[in-house]
Amino acid sequence: MTNSFGEFADAKMFLCIGTNMTEAHPVASTFLKNALRKGAKLIVVDPRRQPLAKLADIYCQIKVGSDIAFLNGLMNVIINEGLYDKDFVENRCDNFEAFKAKIMEYPPERAAEISGVNVETIRKVAHMLATIKPAMLCYTLGITEHTTGKDNVMSTANLQLLLGNMGMPSAGVNPLRGQNNVQGACDMGALPNVFPGYQKVIDPAAREKFEKAWNVKKLPENNGMMMPQMMEALVDKKVRAFYVFGENLANTEPDIRKVEHELSSAEFLVCQDIFPTETTRFAHVILPAASWCEDDGTFTSSERRVNRVRKVKNPPGNAKPNWWIFKEIARRMGQEWASNSGPEIWDNEVSVLAPALGGIKYSRIENDGLQWPCPNTDHPGTSFLHRDGVFTHGKGIFNPVDWKAPAEVPDKEYPFVLSTGRRLYQYHTRTQTGRSGLDFLMPEETADISVADAQRLGIKPDERVKVRSRRGEVEVRARITDQVPPGMVWMSFHFREGSANWLTNAVYDPATLTAEYKACAVAVEKV
Amino acid sequence: MKITINGKICEAAEGQTVLDVARANGFYIPTLCYLSGLTPTGACRICVVEVEGMRNLVASCSAPATEGMVVRTDTERVLAARRFIVELLVSCHPLDCMTCEKTGDCTLQNLAYELGVTASTMVGEKYDYPVDYSNPFIVRDYNKCILCLKCVRVCNEIQGIEAIKTIQRGFDTKVATAYDTPLQESNCVFCGQCVQACPVGALTERKAKGLGRAWETRKVRTTCPYCGVGCQLELHLKGEQIVKITAVEDGAPNKGRLCVKGRFGYDFIYSEDRLTTPLIRENGSFREASWNEALDLVANKFKQIIAESGPDAIAGVSCARSINEDSYQMQKLFRAVIGTNNIDHCART
Ligand code: SF4
Ligand code: SF4
Repeated sequence: MTNSFGEFADAKMFLCIGTNMTEAHPVASTFLKNALRKGAKLIVVDPRRQPLAKLADIYCQIKVGSDIAFLNGLMNVIINEGLYDKDFVENRCDNFEAFKAKIMEYPPERAAEISGVNVETIRKVAHMLATIKPAMLCYTLGITEHTTGKDNVMSTANLQLLLGNMGMPSAGVNPLRGQNNVQGACDMGALPNVFPGYQKVIDPAAREKFEKAWNVKKLPENNGMMMPQMMEALVDKKVRAFYVFGENLANTEPDIRKVEHELSSAEFLVCQDIFPTETTRFAHVILPAASWCEDDGTFTSSERRVNRVRKVKNPPGNAKPNWWIFKEIARRMGQEWASNSGPEIWDNEVSVLAPALGGIKYSRIENDGLQWPCPNTDHPGTSFLHRDGVFTHGKGIFNPVDWKAPAEVPDKEYPFVLSTGRRLYQYHTRTQTGRSGLDFLMPEETADISVADAQRLGIKPDERVKVRSRRGEVEVRARITDQVPPGMVWMSFHFREGSANWLTNAVYDPATLTAEYKACAVAVEKV
Repeated sequence: MKITINGKICEAAEGQTVLDVARANGFYIPTLCYLSGLTPTGACRICVVEVEGMRNLVASCSAPATEGMVVRTDTERVLAARRFIVELLVSCHPLDCMTCEKTGDCTLQNLAYELGVTASTMVGEKYDYPVDYSNPFIVRDYNKCILCLKCVRVCNEIQGIEAIKTIQRGFDTKVATAYDTPLQESNCVFCGQCVQACPVGALTERKAKGLGRAWETRKVRTTCPYCGVGCQLELHLKGEQIVKITAVEDGAPNKGRLCVKGRFGYDFIYSEDRLTTPLIRENGSFREASWNEALDLVANKFKQIIAESGPDAIAGVSCARSINEDSYQMQKLFRAVIGTNNIDHCART
């Protein structure tokens, strides 16, 4: 997030696109609702009329995967009616002309045709965004989990640049991260192209820095593989050993059949986890790990805030802290690492090596955490980025992007579009919530379908239906709801039986390799 | 501006209430219905104080501080007024403090104690509502409700859910869902904010039952293990057991709020299913192994593969749920020891 949760309550306007905040980030949504009570405006763009949509001043029910067409059409109106922040665009941004030329290809009529939102509504949204400023743009995986995910993200940034909604409180582009520490895992360099602190592995100077710090002769100089590539490489044996730490890939990745084929092809699979999972079934070695509450460390939240996590109990049996396990493997492979606890690793390594984290030390985050960038120990942390329109590369850059349809669209045989996500009462593959009593509130998966489709297919509430895609089929109860438009099915991936991932399509954004969880084609029938 | 409280001259700012100034200066004024951050209702009147020049006692939570005000928080008249309120509340209260979940952390109990109110002072009519045990998270015992309406206000004004409101009138006034159904049949989202707000034993955590008294627990601050909001939790612990979880009041970012997962989704750490020993696959099933054996096996296999096929034949994914320090160590293992950048995590989900 460029901005912070603390700014929600004072925001004047929100544009929420592809975020089911009341279920996926409930506490964030309470601050948004508080702002609405004080008169803030809300525009919601989402294929589903989810709870946030019901609170919106304007709700745009776009078709699945039409985000860029919608946003480009919106920006077309904003540019053509001269509603954009000319000062910001001229003085703080680059590449406006090329961007404008692209936007001109998306008159609102074309945007309306692709997105299903009518021209008047598109204009109304443009006018509201132009009159009430700044607006906070919030998104979640509804933007990223598409084959055009990266372009979707750029499109949201284009809009905020155009409106000058950057570099001030209660503005910005705000992706709400789904898991407690996705932000942190990225910051730590658990990515194939960057060291901790986003220092590129292809940069010789960065490599030299880390070679010195880690006391090794030569660090690898090419970007590594991303997760889907690793898994495909298990099949052709290019990858012979696969080390899976805490992920239940057999349930979370698209097309379970394909994933399980890949996992079962591994010559040597190491799983490090707190529970046996569907993934550990394929392991050759399982290493039992300490969980939350059993180790001292930090999580970094969506708002770049490094928060303390504390140990209050010992791990069960012989389970060990994860950092210890990695350290022990390193030792057996010839390297002795000095740090011997979470706090030592952070204070003596992470915050020394990642410039944006330089000022964050355990002694400073006993109470509230600190938000990076925080370059030195006198720095108070940063609640919003790009202050006064100063960007990392000097200016904000417009990126012209084109709309493309999802990889698989409905047809005669598979006439519904399936979109997926999380529900309030469960979390991921239920390894945690399923063992905490939350099944009481959500005991099984459902296929959410519209009233119109239910009537047409003669499906009654709670009746069992079969949902089929080119990859698999599941049998679940139907949940008939006004949240879902005709022609759409919505499901989550919390329950193994009935998981949407038996159906989802393993196609990816070419740059980020994010899978298209939000769109594939399915058929629905009564059983 | 300056105001005088119990003889001490205190600095006050525009917009502060008498209660704000008193608390900022270390004076004790009890409250029941007051909720920081929300407009005060002045309904319970337990926070009354005496203000020079005013005939009636003043509810400090809703009285703005004004220049030159002279306030007393502890006169006999103030205490008598408070005592009367507490006597009324106690007169219709079940007084089963011995077995009540809230004992030791109950505002009514504390007030009765400090004001010397005993059960016998007044005998009033008691309620006879069935206790709602129908869900695994929140026990609702409206026999103990003092109608401060904090729960209703946090549900509506903080969480924005509007699951509960008051129904009926007079003695029969009661907090309930729209059709007085159990919570799970209403639009309640089980955030438990109402439980955290309740000053008495009317709303309590069901999982906490019997696990520990308030004075036996220690409180440890930590971060929620679920979504990316990063809510700050207070674990109430007896030994290694989490008795209950509340939100850190005023902590960033959640300012005392939680959702169902953060508040109630913690027992998984105690699950019988936890992995407790390294396991090695042998003839199609797993057998227990020592750490030495398991780690040697992993290290040797990695060395062998590096020698035969190069370091890029090894790949790994880190965990977006675990602490930063773990992800740091794993990428260091891959880059510095194995010699590959084949390290990733589910950044995209
Ligand atoms: S649990 Fe939350 S939603 Fe339910 S009644 Fe209490 S405050 Fe309202
Ligand atoms: S309490 Fe709820 S909203 Fe807060 S971090 Fe946990 S899961 Fe997210």
